[in-house]
Amino acid sequence: MSEHHSSHERQSFWTHYVFSTDHKMIGKQYYFTAMFMALFATAWSLLLRIHLAWPDKTWPVLGRLFPGLFQEGVLLPERYLSLVTMHGTVMIFFVVSIALVSGFGNFIIPLQIGARDMAYPFLNMLSYWTIVPACLLMLGSFFVPDGAAGSGWTAYPPLSAVPEAAPGSGMGQTLWILAMALFIASFTMGGLNFVTTILNCRTRGLSMMRLPLMIWTLFVASILGILAFPALTAAAIMLLLDRLGPTSFFLPAGLVFGGTVLQHAGGTPLLFQHLFWFLGHPEVYVLVLPALGIAFEVVTVFGRRPVFGYQTSVWALLVVAVLSMIVWGHHMFVSGMNPAIGEYFSIATVSITAPFAILAMNLVASLWRAELRLSPALLFVLALMASVGIGGLGGVFLATLTSDIYLHNSYFVVGHFHLMIAVVTFFAIFAGTYLWYPKMFGRQLNETLGKLHFWLTVPGVIVGFVGMHFLGMGGEQRHLYDPNAYQFLQHLQWLNVVITFALGSAAVAQIIFLANFFWSLRFGPQAAPNPWEATTLEWTTPSPAPHGNWPGELPVAYRGPYEYRVGGAAFTPQNKPDFVAPSRAPVPA
Amino acid sequence: MPELPKRNSTLEVLGVSVLLAAITLFTVIGFAHDWMPPVASRHGVGVDGVLRYLFRATGPILVIGAVAVIGFLWRYGRGRPTASPSTSHKTELLWSIVPVIGMMAVTEVGVVVKGMPVWEEIEATPPANALAIEVTGQQFEWIVRYPGPDGKFGRTSPDLVDKANPAGLDRNDPAALDDIVVRNQLHVPVDQPVYVQLRGRDVLHSFTVAALRVKQDVMPGIFTRALFVPTVVGRYEIQCTQVCGMGHYRMHGAVYVETPQQFHDWLSHKTGWLQQ
Repeated sequence: MSEHHSSHERQSFWTHYVFSTDHKMIGKQYYFTAMFMALFATAWSLLLRIHLAWPDKTWPVLGRLFPGLFQEGVLLPERYLSLVTMHGTVMIFFVVSIALVSGFGNFIIPLQIGARDMAYPFLNMLSYWTIVPACLLMLGSFFVPDGAAGSGWTAYPPLSAVPEAAPGSGMGQTLWILAMALFIASFTMGGLNFVTTILNCRTRGLSMMRLPLMIWTLFVASILGILAFPALTAAAIMLLLDRLGPTSFFLPAGLVFGGTVLQHAGGTPLLFQHLFWFLGHPEVYVLVLPALGIAFEVVTVFGRRPVFGYQTSVWALLVVAVLSMIVWGHHMFVSGMNPAIGEYFSIATVSITAPFAILAMNLVASLWRAELRLSPALLFVLALMASVGIGGLGGVFLATLTSDIYLHNSYFVVGHFHLMIAVVTFFAIFAGTYLWYPKMFGRQLNETLGKLHFWLTVPGVIVGFVGMHFLGMGGEQRHLYDPNAYQFLQHLQWLNVVITFALGSAAVAQIIFLANFFWSLRFGPQAAPNPWEATTLEWTTPSPAPHGNWPGELPVAYRGPYEYRVGGAAFTPQNKPDFVAPSRAPVPA
Repeated sequence: MPELPKRNSTLEVLGVSVLLAAITLFTVIGFAHDWMPPVASRHGVGVDGVLRYLFRATGPILVIGAVAVIGFLWRYGRGRPTASPSTSHKTELLWSIVPVIGMMAVTEVGVVVKGMPVWEEIEATPPANALAIEVTGQQFEWIVRYPGPDGKFGRTSPDLVDKANPAGLDRNDPAALDDIVVRNQLHVPVDQPVYVQLRGRDVLHSFTVAALRVKQDVMPGIFTRALFVPTVVGRYEIQCTQVCGMGHYRMHGAVYVETPQQFHDWLSHKTGWLQQ
C-alpha cells in the first residue's frame, strides 16, 4: 500500500458508507437507491396493469392494502392518473437515469480511465445527497391531501399549473416540481463532474480515442444533460410561479374552471411543451447512449473481439448528440404549432436514424468472427439488440409526421418508449450488473440463476411492449383509465389481458435477479481481479477495487481498449507495455 | 472457480436463436396484421399509405438485422475457432455508409415523398364549400357549435359560460342567436370537406377520431383546426387523447357521417341555442 493511500484508510462508518466521497461507494449508493425506487415504480405499474386488464373487477384485498388508491376495491380514476404519472417520472428520472448514468457512471469512470477518484469528490457526495430528498419528496407526495401529481410525466399545463384543474393538481404537483428541481440540480452536479473527470483525470497514455465506448457514451450523455436540463429547470420554476404566484407564463386569458374565470392572461401552454421537450428528447439519449455503451463493453468481453468500428461509433455518437438537441418538436406534431415547423422537425428527426443505425450496425457487426460466450450479460445484450431494432424502427413511424397523426398518444407510443428507454436500458443495467458485479462487490453472481433470469424476463417483456404497439394501431390511447369506455376499442381488450400477464410474469421474474444479487453479496465465490479476461483498466486492480482504486501506481495505457485476439494474444490489457509479446516471438522449428 | 464461460452447448445456442427468431416473427406478423379501424376519410387513405409504406420499408431491415445476429450467433457461438476479427478502417467506413444511405433513403421517402402531400392535404386552406364547425373541448365534454342559418359564428365570452350556456354565447350579438349548440356529437355530410375549429378553455385536450385519422390538440389560447373529408357513412367515436384530468377516459363523443339529405334533415330540426 503506497503512502498516498494510508490516509484514506482511516474511515468511520459514516464517512465510508453514508457521507462517502469515494466514487465507488457513491456509485453503489445510486445503484441501491435506483433499486429501491424501482420496487415502488414496478409495484405501481402492476396495479395499473391489473386494472387495465380487468377494469370492471373489484379487488378488495388491494383496496385494503392501498386504501388511498382504491375505493370499494376499485382503483379510482384520479389515482390511476397519479400512478401513471409517478410510474413514469420515477422510472425515467429516479431509476434508469440514476442507475445507468449516476450509478454505473460514478462507479466505472475513474476505474476505466485510471483515476483515483472523480475530479470533485465532495461535489459527487453532494450530488447524491441531493437525490435523496428528491426521492423522499416524490414518494411522500402520495400522502398529501389530493394525492400525488396526476398530469402525466410531462406535466403539461394548464392541468399541472392550475390546482383547481384536477385532484392530483394540488400539493402533490407542487412537491413533484420541487423534487424534479432537486433531481436536476443533482444531475447537473454529476454531469459537470463526469465531463471534468473524463477530460482531465485520464491516466497517462489514455487519449480520448483510447477510451472505452462506455466512457464515450457517458461523456456525451453528460454534455447533453448539462445543455438540456436547464430548459426544464426554467420551465419548472415558471410552472411553480404560475401555480403559486400571479404569473402567466403558460396560462392564457379566459380559462374557466368550475364556472370561475381565472385572472391569468398572456401566456401559452405551448411554451411549456417546447421547454419540456428541449430537455425531454435529449434525455432519451442520455439514457439510451450509456445503455449502448454497456452493450459495446459486454459484446467485446464476451465476444472476445474488438468493437467493430470504434471510430465510426465515436463519430456517430457525436452526431446523434448534436441532432438530438434540435428535434424536440416531433413530440408536438399535433399540438397546434406551425405545420411548416412540424415538417422541419420530422425531416430532422428521421435523419437521426442514420448515425443511430451506425451504432446499431456496429453492435451487430461486433458479433462477426467473435468467439461468443453466452454469459447472462451477453444474453441480455442480444435481447437489447432486438429491442433496439424494434424500438428504433418503430420510432420512424412516430417521427414521420403523417403517420404520427394517427399514432400520437396511442399505446404505440407507450410501447415504443418502453422498448427504448425501459427495455433497452433495463437490459443494459442487467448486463452491466452481470459484467461488473465482481468488480463492485468482489464476488461472482450465480450464472445459472442469471440465465434463468434472462429466460423468464425477455419473452414477457417483448410480448408486453410490442403488444402495446398493436393496441395503439387499433386506436387505443394512453392515460386511458377504462379501456371499455370506447365501443370500438372493446374488441381489443384481450390484448390488454395478454400484456398484463406477459409483463406481470416478467416483473415476478425479477425476484430471481434480486435473490441472486443479495445472496451472492455474501455467499458468491470470491472474484479474481480479472475474471472475464478483459482488457480495460478496471480489470487491472483487485476485486473489489480498494480505496484509491489501485494499490500501487496508477496504470498507464499503452493501447486501445479492446485488444482481443489481436497480434496472436488471446487478450492484451490496456496497461500492457508495447513490447513483443512471447506469443508473437518466432516459434522455434 | 467458474469464471469466463468457455463454450456454449449447441442446445443453448439453438435456444437463443429460436428466441430471437420468435421475437422477430412476433413483431413482423403483429405489425402486418390490420389492427386499424377501417379508414373513413379522404386524407386518411394517405395516412394509411404512409403507415403501410413504413411497415414495408422497415420490416425487411428488422428481418435482415435479426438474420445477421442469429447467423453470427450460430456460426460463432458454438466454440469453434474463427479467423482474426481485425477489420480495416476502410471496411468499417463502408459498413457505416451503407446504413446511413439506407436509413436516410427509407425514412426521408416516408416523410417527404409519401408524407408531405398528405400533410399538405391536412393543413390546406379550407375550400369554400367546407362545412365550418366549432368544437370546444372542456372537462370532460365536447361542445359543438354550428353557425346556424346566417352562416356566421356569433360572439362568445368565457364570462358567460355556465350550465345553461355551455358555449358562452353572447345574447347581444345578433349572429349568436341562431348558433346551434350540441354536446358530444358532430353531424357531418359525407363527401363534403369539414373544417373543425378547435377551442379550449380549461386544460389541454386532443380531438381524435381514429376512423377519420384525425387528431388535433385543443390548446387554450390558440385556435387549432382539423380539416377532413368523410367518405363513409357511419358513426365514429371521438376520443380525447391528451390527458385532461380524472374524467379524461369518459370524454367521448361521436361523429355521425350522414348522407346530405339526412344531414340536412338533422340540421333543419335544430334551433339556435339562445332561441330555445
